[in-house]
Amino acid sequence: MRRVVITGAGAINALGASAAATCEAMREGRCGIGPLDIRDVDRLMIRIGGQIRGYDETAHFSRSEIALFDPFTQYALLSSREALAQSGLEITEALSYRAGVIIGTSGGGLHTQDESYRLVYQEGKNRVHPFIVPRLMNNAAASQVSMAHGLKGPSYCVATACSSSNHAIGQAFQLIRSGATDVMLTGGTESMLVFGGIKAWEGLRVMSKDGCRPFCKTRNGMVQGEGAAIFVLEEYEAARARGAPILAEICGFAMTSDAADIVMPSQDGAARAIAGALADAGMAAEEVGYINAHGTGTTANDRTECAAVRQVFGDHADRLMISSTKSMHGHLIGGTGAVELLAVIMALRDGIVAPTVGYVEPDPECDLDVVPNVAREARIGAALSNAFAFGGLNAVLALRAI
Amino acid sequence: MADDVTRKIIEIIAEQAVLEPDQVSLDSTLDDLGIDSLGLVEAVFAIEEAFDISIPFNANDPGDSEFDISNVRSIVEAVKGLIAEKQS
Repeated sequence: MRRVVITGAGAINALGASAAATCEAMREGRCGIGPLDIRDVDRLMIRIGGQIRGYDETAHFSRSEIALFDPFTQYALLSSREALAQSGLEITEALSYRAGVIIGTSGGGLHTQDESYRLVYQEGKNRVHPFIVPRLMNNAAASQVSMAHGLKGPSYCVATACSSSNHAIGQAFQLIRSGATDVMLTGGTESMLVFGGIKAWEGLRVMSKDGCRPFCKTRNGMVQGEGAAIFVLEEYEAARARGAPILAEICGFAMTSDAADIVMPSQDGAARAIAGALADAGMAAEEVGYINAHGTGTTANDRTECAAVRQVFGDHADRLMISSTKSMHGHLIGGTGAVELLAVIMALRDGIVAPTVGYVEPDPECDLDVVPNVAREARIGAALSNAFAFGGLNAVLALRAI
Repeated sequence: MADDVTRKIIEIIAEQAVLEPDQVSLDSTLDDLGIDSLGLVEAVFAIEEAFDISIPFNANDPGDSEFDISNVRSIVEAVKGLIAEKQS
């Protein structure tokens, strides 16, 4: 089977406006979560989030582009541009037919929906902008990225809530490994920090009013974030032949379904996905030095995730590190796994393990090395990235240093 | 004789439990009634709507919330407190 490597990364989120800035913040254990600055915030009970600050869309896009680009598309386009630039890859005519885009997003153009519903329902307008549909559709980001870079192979979006990014990256990996394509741009994007998006989450009563503290005894829920991360995936031999910067190798991927509850996580479903990714990668459990956790900061997820890791790794669970960077950038829902993959790459490539910040008190139900508050230097040869979505859809990626 | 607030809360909880209101007593716990976490969140919502109040309830740690859900009686007491707070 063909090998698949990551040759470029781009990102924008609460921690920074590039992959490098994001990794630097993770290394410093900086938290990007703060008071939300959105319309009608005074009518919300939840008023914090991992919001992108100081962003000016007109600095990056023309007026006619903005008419077609919801923020979730803008974030994907900026990240794609950065990732492709790093990879140094030139999309020739021949390559364009062997290259595609798979982008995870849960909500799609939620800013566009929120603003348009406000206009027609609240303000009584009988007319909306003509491009509302192409702006809000879930596949808008994938389509615009394919158009921006002339990628003419398979492109689509994946919407599996909090696992969208990992499902997208895993599918892109499989397409290249199987020989169906040679190059894929993949990752995830989300811009759910709008009044309606947060109001809906409030209803579930799983959001924290004061911060995201995964694995900590005092944790009291998740905090939403926004943004994107996009990666260039290439077939290994081709990437090596052209002297591309190789950031890491994706070696395995597994997906499972709990088939149980629409919101409660399942230890069995999570454990099967973790074990499946190891098996797909031909990776011994003892190889794994780091797991980027799903780690949402809810009582149920963190407890269940730790139990699943113990179930799969046995004694080795006490010798690996597991951290949740959601404590810093918040939960980007459909975009989260992509931003979190940056932490995996940093561990494999730079030997720096991102911390779980905001950690104040150990929880006996999460008794693993969660790298509290301060990043750690370590030689990591292999790592996993976990994603476990509402709806019981689990997706785990396995990567090695190269 | 149950007052209106108690009656309404019992009605909401009974609906979630798919029971008749007379099968729900003040001493019933949510476990007794077979109400799971989603059912509880829905019941909290219905109570908020019925009395136009905001209930400080976090599903991450129902036992530790400011809103006591030990049994139907504790829920009724807490809701009455919130209604009084709103009126004052």
